Amino acid sequence: MSAHSTYDLLRHLADSWGLLVMTFVFLVLCLWPFLRPGARQLSDEAATSIFKDENDGE
Amino acid sequence: MVSLVTRSGIWFAVLLLAVMASALAKDGGFAIHMAICALAALIGMIVTLRQADVDSIARGILKMPDQGRYDDDPIRWGVIATVFWGMAGFLAGLYIALELTWPQLNLGLEWINFGRLRPLHTSAVIFAFGGNALIATSYYVVQRTCRARLAFPGLARFVFWGYQLFIVLAATGYLLGITQGKEYAEPEWYVDLWLTIVWVAYLAVFVGTIVKRTEPHIYVANWFYLSFILTVAMLHIVNNLNLPVSIFGSKSYPVFAGVQGALVQWWYGHNAVGFFLTAGFLAMMYYFVPKQAERPIYSYRLSIIHFWALIFLYIWAGPHHLHYTALPDWAQTLGMVFSVMLWMPSWGGMINGLMTLNGAWDKIRTDPIIRMFVMSLAFYGMSTFEGPMMSVKAVNSLSHYTDWTIGHVHSGALGWNGMVTFGTLYYLTPRLWNRERLYSLRMVNWHFWLATTGIVFYAASMWVAGITQGLMWREYGPDGYLVNSFAETVAALHPMYALRAFGGLLYLSGATIMAVNITRTILGHTLRDEKPMTETPYDAARDVPLAGAPAHA
Repeated sequence: MSAHSTYDLLRHLADSWGLLVMTFVFLVLCLWPFLRPGARQLSDEAATSIFKDENDGE
Repeated sequence: MVSLVTRSGIWFAVLLLAVMASALAKDGGFAIHMAICALAALIGMIVTLRQADVDSIARGILKMPDQGRYDDDPIRWGVIATVFWGMAGFLAGLYIALELTWPQLNLGLEWINFGRLRPLHTSAVIFAFGGNALIATSYYVVQRTCRARLAFPGLARFVFWGYQLFIVLAATGYLLGITQGKEYAEPEWYVDLWLTIVWVAYLAVFVGTIVKRTEPHIYVANWFYLSFILTVAMLHIVNNLNLPVSIFGSKSYPVFAGVQGALVQWWYGHNAVGFFLTAGFLAMMYYFVPKQAERPIYSYRLSIIHFWALIFLYIWAGPHHLHYTALPDWAQTLGMVFSVMLWMPSWGGMINGLMTLNGAWDKIRTDPIIRMFVMSLAFYGMSTFEGPMMSVKAVNSLSHYTDWTIGHVHSGALGWNGMVTFGTLYYLTPRLWNRERLYSLRMVNWHFWLATTGIVFYAASMWVAGITQGLMWREYGPDGYLVNSFAETVAALHPMYALRAFGGLLYLSGATIMAVNITRTILGHTLRDEKPMTETPYDAARDVPLAGAPAHA
């Protein structure tokens, strides 16, 4: 494949299916912590996990 | 365990190769660099042969407590290295600011002219000060949040010393005139290869520690650290695909040419800002701000959206460095659009950090470390608003190549990166050295105000200088000729350059106070006799229930 047709192929992929797939993956990753079961409680546990060790091992 | 003979044999072989490379060198700079490598190998060999316990010796000299539950020795070295390289980098910055104002300070010496000291300054503050801070804090955070000791302790120490060798090679190289001429990627091919080895070792230590964690969830700070390590590895390798002229010479040429080379460079350059100076320091923010405030992050889910949005958007923003160049117009527009979109996750992150103090805003009055974190987040917000604005083509046509860009970079670097690192150093030092608290809190307060005033002088003078420059460059008369010569624009900026240097002096003074404070904390001096940061006076007259309003109507 010539350099120009590689460019052409990637260029068209980038603003059609490539863009669509990336957007979809992004949205799923962002919505996942809201939609999965028990999301709120899991987030709260993760946020407070840094305080569990009172003395931080010192 | 590899035997003593094998280990010292490896050191000896490296020493021999370095001496040979130094003797066969095609240029003086390469010879000096190989001599430095030989010296490093010699030190390594002596340490191995004497079977010296580096950890214990360092513990004695640096007054470090014995190892506890976590492997903290390399972190303590990292704290000291961060302060040391910070001072060196800020001093170099002040000197080049003075050189720009009074060029006589070049002293006619090629080694210290502006062109060579400037990459020394940028690399010292970004890679030496920032890099050491990132490595040290990532070791600290990943152990605490994973509740696991560092994986591969030997490799973790190799990362620390290997990184210092990289810094020394890079810095001496600039003074000798060895450079690829690419911004933030100046070190030549052999230094790049060395950094690649060190960085892969760093990745192994970090991922190894995550893998052996005993805490099921991987805390969000580690996501940011991991993205920083992985992306910097990818950027560094692609942007430094160079062919050396000779394996015994320092000069190399990139495999990309022309506008492709420019695009690769700014894809690297902007993501160095995005993943080194943003993602890495956000990791520090997501751990140390909640810890110092003693409150969980405002919204954990917002931090995850912040993370993915940065990852997905930042990587496309680089072309905004190449507006109105030979780069295709669509690529310039793409860079601009993604930069503007980046504004949202950046502010999401800023709000997340600031709102962590929700319900505890009084800490800004009482706790100078929190004050630093808050100022840092405020500058993160300001510079991530200014950046997208400057990436808009119409604004960029005025701002590009002017001092406005320098002002923007410094409001991010001095404000965001500097302040969050100072806050973190103040947090870490008493904890890592088992001290009751810092030597002085009042000195932290002095540091805060000197640094803040310094940034204000810096950013304000560079705004004025940049816009003056941009307007003078584009001004043309009725006959179509440009009104101002370049030298006239330089003359017009002279007072602004002096003010910028004054801002830098204030910032350096603040950092000097920090160096004294941290040194005294490490040495265990008795706490400074000072007025407390806050008084809590008791007013008996006001400590009564609200009168006249019955609880039930």
